[in-house]
Amino acid sequence: MPEQPAKQRAANFEEVALGYNEDMAKLEASRCLQCKKPKCVAGCPVGIDIPAFIKQIEEGNYDAAIAKLKETTSFPAVCGRVCPQEEQCELLCILGKKQEPVAIGRLERFAADWSMTHDSSSKPQIAPSKGKHVGVVGSGPAGVTCAGELAKMGYDVTIYEALHKPGGVLVYGIPEFRLPKAIVQRECDYVESLGVEIKLDYVIGRTMTVDQMMDNGHDAVFLANGAGLPAFMNIPGENLNGVYSANEFLTRANLMKAYRFPEYDTPIKVGKKVAVIGGGNVAMDSARTALRLGAEVHLIYRRSREEMPARNEEIHHAEEEGIIFNLLTNPTQIIGDNEGWVEEIEVMDMELGEPDASGRRRPVTVDGSERRIPIDVVIVSVGTKANPLLTKSTSGLDLNKWGNIVADENTLQTSKEGVFAGGDIVTGAATVILAMGAGKTGARSIDRYLQGQPLLTPEEEEAIKAADEKAAEKAAAK
Amino acid sequence: MYKILDKVDYSDDVYMQVIEAPAVAAACQPGQFIVLRIHEEGERIPLTIADFDREAGTITIVVQAVGKSTRHLQKLGKGDSLANFIGPLGMPSEIENVGTVICAGGGVGVAPVYPIARALKEAGNKVISIVAARNESLLLWEDKMREISDELIVTTDDGSCGRHCLVTEPLKELCEAGGIDLIYAIGPGIMMKFCCKTTEEYNVKTIVSLNSIMVDGTGMCGACRVTVGGETKFVCVDGPEFDGHQVDFDVLMSRQRQYLSQEKESLDLYVECGGDKRCMT
Repeated sequence: MPEQPAKQRAANFEEVALGYNEDMAKLEASRCLQCKKPKCVAGCPVGIDIPAFIKQIEEGNYDAAIAKLKETTSFPAVCGRVCPQEEQCELLCILGKKQEPVAIGRLERFAADWSMTHDSSSKPQIAPSKGKHVGVVGSGPAGVTCAGELAKMGYDVTIYEALHKPGGVLVYGIPEFRLPKAIVQRECDYVESLGVEIKLDYVIGRTMTVDQMMDNGHDAVFLANGAGLPAFMNIPGENLNGVYSANEFLTRANLMKAYRFPEYDTPIKVGKKVAVIGGGNVAMDSARTALRLGAEVHLIYRRSREEMPARNEEIHHAEEEGIIFNLLTNPTQIIGDNEGWVEEIEVMDMELGEPDASGRRRPVTVDGSERRIPIDVVIVSVGTKANPLLTKSTSGLDLNKWGNIVADENTLQTSKEGVFAGGDIVTGAATVILAMGAGKTGARSIDRYLQGQPLLTPEEEEAIKAADEKAAEKAAAK
Repeated sequence: MYKILDKVDYSDDVYMQVIEAPAVAAACQPGQFIVLRIHEEGERIPLTIADFDREAGTITIVVQAVGKSTRHLQKLGKGDSLANFIGPLGMPSEIENVGTVICAGGGVGVAPVYPIARALKEAGNKVISIVAARNESLLLWEDKMREISDELIVTTDDGSCGRHCLVTEPLKELCEAGGIDLIYAIGPGIMMKFCCKTTEEYNVKTIVSLNSIMVDGTGMCGACRVTVGGETKFVCVDGPEFDGHQVDFDVLMSRQRQYLSQEKESLDLYVECGGDKRCMT
């Protein structure tokens, strides 16, 4: 897929990957073997009929391709860009055994972009009104997917969003150069076109509680309020000036457009030299944003490149653009000047020991390897913790020891009557597509709940039981 | 859009606005705050709720203009609208009948003290209020505070009104005399810091309301973090009220100054182009 050259894109916020043209898309689509039992579909958390939409692209029926996609996903332009396809659909592509797998993500993106530029009116069928109202908390991928699905089934749906723009992590977290905000806006507009109302500036847990939602005419509620509080490392100096959480840094840059200060009123501090701590996609996004704001950027990660949780493509892009990787390096403290500003970061070398609970090799400090790097700004990107705002204000909602909402894995039902939950608030920070998968599951359960049906069909119960037994056998064999 | 229904200038740079926001007014409690944004290019500004009227569906804010955004907000009046108005945010004050309470407000800090003092009075407490300011022209809501207080003390730094002293002087005297069960102190960081230093000696629980830099205000960004009792807390979801004797005010005040140079740059540009709200585009 064509991309902006690394040197050029490092100085702008335009999208890095430029997308296929029609010829490229048709050519790539023609590589699909149209498997009878397509493995790629099984790898997709929302179960898109992948061979079917690819077939339509191959034949030049782009309208039909997007219609096929929209049967299962509300966010094709987003998923085509930010899904980890290499670990999902493309990983299972039969062609991948001998050569490159079919570029499913890029084809999805092509179809979605084509339909936007051609104003294609491929609207799905909307069932007659069921006369019931569902409230969805949060307009990120889980919430919007759930709302879209429910609207198609004939429910009245209102999404409550705390921020002033819809999209959740897609607008505050993922940078413009990876996912243009105009695309997120269009996907949200699409869900509104299905009849969903999006109420902005509305903080569930404060402006209205979940209990009040149930009292005020909501027949069911889906909680998809996201991951929440940024985690820190608990090392000295983390509250110095110039230390950002990745969430804050990215929110200032993406949502508040601080990179255009003073035209936009929100400032951001970057300085000459930035340290980004962490190895996930969010760390890559922070590093590449800081780079575009003019800094020399050092990524500090305590394991090796192999264990990095970020997508390969993102790591590769970051390397190409000139991010300096300090691997097997762990920060031990941040040192400030007399005015309370970051001046240096102290790090230690690490070695990899035995695998830990995460399955990755545990990093061990190398004694006597302390050294200091002069630095102006530190961006901490080591994950998030559950946000207590909504959960603390909701009665009868079971939480796990990390403060995440406990929801049934298969139905997303919570301990509270009529309340379902999914996405990062249940699983902890994960991917866009997993959140969308949760949105779909939530919608299916809410539909069954409101129709007075069991949340799982007997066949589904059987399948779950079989899968559980298989997993148990596997574990026992180990 | 959130309409401004009323506006009063108390001085050149302190003003009050009444904003139509029925959902916020219906839910808010003393001690909470809101976040507003003036227009599409605007920043998210956190402001403590100074008063609310559930029937009218309005929230009152009192603001001191310091930077570009608060200067711009001051130029807006009756009939103008804000792009966004989000709230109520933060934890409400814990209002109980504890006996005798001192409510001390410094500068525009008097405004957020007012609904708390009123609620404490309604809960049956004896309320002694201290209204403090640098000089007479900056004194705020003396009458409103008098109405709901059993006793009212006014202090100015320059002696232009009330007692010629800092807020800590009557605070110390009252603590010395004894019988104080709880103290609220709200104002600039430095005022809260010295109030807490004063009351610490007498071991009277002192609650402060912290005004840190924020972006989202809902627990997502962590900009508002402050050190309390040696731990990192988020003002927006854990606060804004904290036990003042546990707060590291030096960290708070240092973090509040993080964007001084950018704020100056922005304000200078704004003044240069005559305060036209879109002058930089």
